[in-house]
Amino acid sequence: MTLLQVEGLGIDFGGLRAVNDVGFAVAPGEIVSVIGPNGAGKTTLFNMISGVYLPGRGKITLDGRDVTGMAPNRLAERGLSRTFQNLQIFQRMSVLENAMTGCHLKERGAILSDLLCLPSSRRRSAVTKARASELLERVGLARAAEHEASSLSYGALKRLEIARALALEPRILLLDEPAAGCNAVETEEIDHLIAEVAKSGVAVLLVEHDMKLVMRISNHIVVLDRGEKIAEGSPATVSRDPRVIEAYLGTQGAEAGHALG
Amino acid sequence: MRLSRKHLTLLVLALLIALAPALFPSNFYYRIGALIFVNGLAVTGLVVLIGFAGQISLGHAGFAGIGAYACALAPGYLGLHPGLAMLLGAVLSGGVAWLIGRPILRLKGYYLAVATLGFGILVSMVLANEAKITGGPDGREVAELGLRGALATIGIGLSNAQFWYAATGLAMLLGAWVALNLHDSPTGRALRALHDSEVAARTVGVDVARLKLSAFVISAVYASLSGSLLALMNRFITPDVAGFLHSVELVTMTVFGGVGSVPGAILGAATLTLLPQALTVLQQYENLILGLIMMLVMIFMRDGLLPSLMRRLKGRG
Ligand SMILES: Nc1ncnc2c1ncn2[C@@H]1O[C@H](COP(=O)(O)OP(=O)(O)OP(=O)(O)O)[C@@H](O)[C@H]1O
Ligand SMILES: [Mg+2]
Repeated sequence: MTLLQVEGLGIDFGGLRAVNDVGFAVAPGEIVSVIGPNGAGKTTLFNMISGVYLPGRGKITLDGRDVTGMAPNRLAERGLSRTFQNLQIFQRMSVLENAMTGCHLKERGAILSDLLCLPSSRRRSAVTKARASELLERVGLARAAEHEASSLSYGALKRLEIARALALEPRILLLDEPAAGCNAVETEEIDHLIAEVAKSGVAVLLVEHDMKLVMRISNHIVVLDRGEKIAEGSPATVSRDPRVIEAYLGTQGAEAGHALG
Repeated sequence: MRLSRKHLTLLVLALLIALAPALFPSNFYYRIGALIFVNGLAVTGLVVLIGFAGQISLGHAGFAGIGAYACALAPGYLGLHPGLAMLLGAVLSGGVAWLIGRPILRLKGYYLAVATLGFGILVSMVLANEAKITGGPDGREVAELGLRGALATIGIGLSNAQFWYAATGLAMLLGAWVALNLHDSPTGRALRALHDSEVAARTVGVDVARLKLSAFVISAVYASLSGSLLALMNRFITPDVAGFLHSVELVTMTVFGGVGSVPGAILGAATLTLLPQALTVLQQYENLILGLIMMLVMIFMRDGLLPSLMRRLKGRG
């Protein structure tokens, strides 16, 4: 059973083939990781899948429906949610409000009732607040709920984005380097959180540079290099693939090669 | 139970409106108060558009013009009561905002500024040129609202200036209540979200185009009601109400006082309505000093008067 299916996906920026002919599938409850050296096209791939970029070629299917080129808010309505590598936080809102915004699809209602603060509007806000507070608890930010988002550390903002993305109650979650900037303890927490989310039946698509984390939690790995898919398979298969080792050794040195095993 | 920030803000505003007359040296100050409130209503709408949604408009006086001329023309041409004419103006402004907002709000930053500027100029040109209907640049008289007389018959006798002070004060208070409601509602959160990151707002499901349009329409209705009140209060109106200068004045008041804050923008309206009056003693230096004060405030209090003052108070306390 496949939830997300990507076929022959590609996009060019000027003369640059940022992503070319990439295909893979993600099933509910599965963690699929996309790895590759810097500039391989991982974020660009995420941007196409989440509707931020219009793909130049190929097809994206969500739950059997063609969703290629669909606007991000429509995709959100269909249960696709994401975080951003280059944080996209609502800086002038509180931490709690940031998480509450993730509930937008459930809490939106008639504008008139919001303008007049009618009971229905207050009820929607109260439900959202309870739900967002729970999620902040889950990512360890409950104590910062009332702080302005801009006052948080980088690692905390990463977790806030995860809370906001989870607030949508997604069926598929795209995480772009969720552990970047986090210390070992925080990375461990994120690791657990992702595993938990997947266990609840959510499909997870993960981009992450922390190879230990990737190898530990992924069911399936897709390797990109210069926009092309160069390998795919289980963590064990991928880490033995000579092309993968070469791609990493070529750009990131022995350390990455070592991490791949 | 602790008073919420919204209720505290409204309470302070209400008290200021109610108690200020005790300090008035003459009846003339009721009129200045009413002018502050009329501007306060318009800038509250701009807080929704600029402060919440992050969209600029340099043409909102155009909607004030529609509201004002609805009150000037509808009673004569359509036989509407001036009060209903005000509602008609608001509906008309909302409708026009909805129509022009759809193409215009796709633009961003200075492109949006220029497009809205064009709209404001268009309205004031029409008002000035269609002299047969509008009275042209010389303006035209506006019918009496009649509410003051009705109040007198039930024993509430107010001078004209006192009546308009109370009426516009109440309107501004209502406007502030509505905007503060919006701020903490699902729609308000979505508006503020798209202000900070459009792409993130989209990915949590916000229909960005629709929400920007809503903010534009809401702020247009505020401007329209403000224009209507001005026309009814002055019993006379000229196309200047829709002019470029008025648009810029409104944005200046909003930013000066604090663009993200309803009480801030109202403080901005109050300061920039009062200051020129206070500075008249300086005669030919009036505009010089006014300009200087505005520059200094924006340099040293970037977030506007009220938010900066509050932050300084909190920092110390
Ligand atoms: N909007 C854009 N316009 C032009 N070029 C772009 C754009 N977005 C990405 N690129 C280019 O596409 C290529 C792939 O970038 P992308 O950000 O997808 O890489 P990545 O795999 O996410 O890298 P990293 O690991 O550093 O995050 C890069 O060469 C990048 O410069
Ligand atoms: Mg990237």
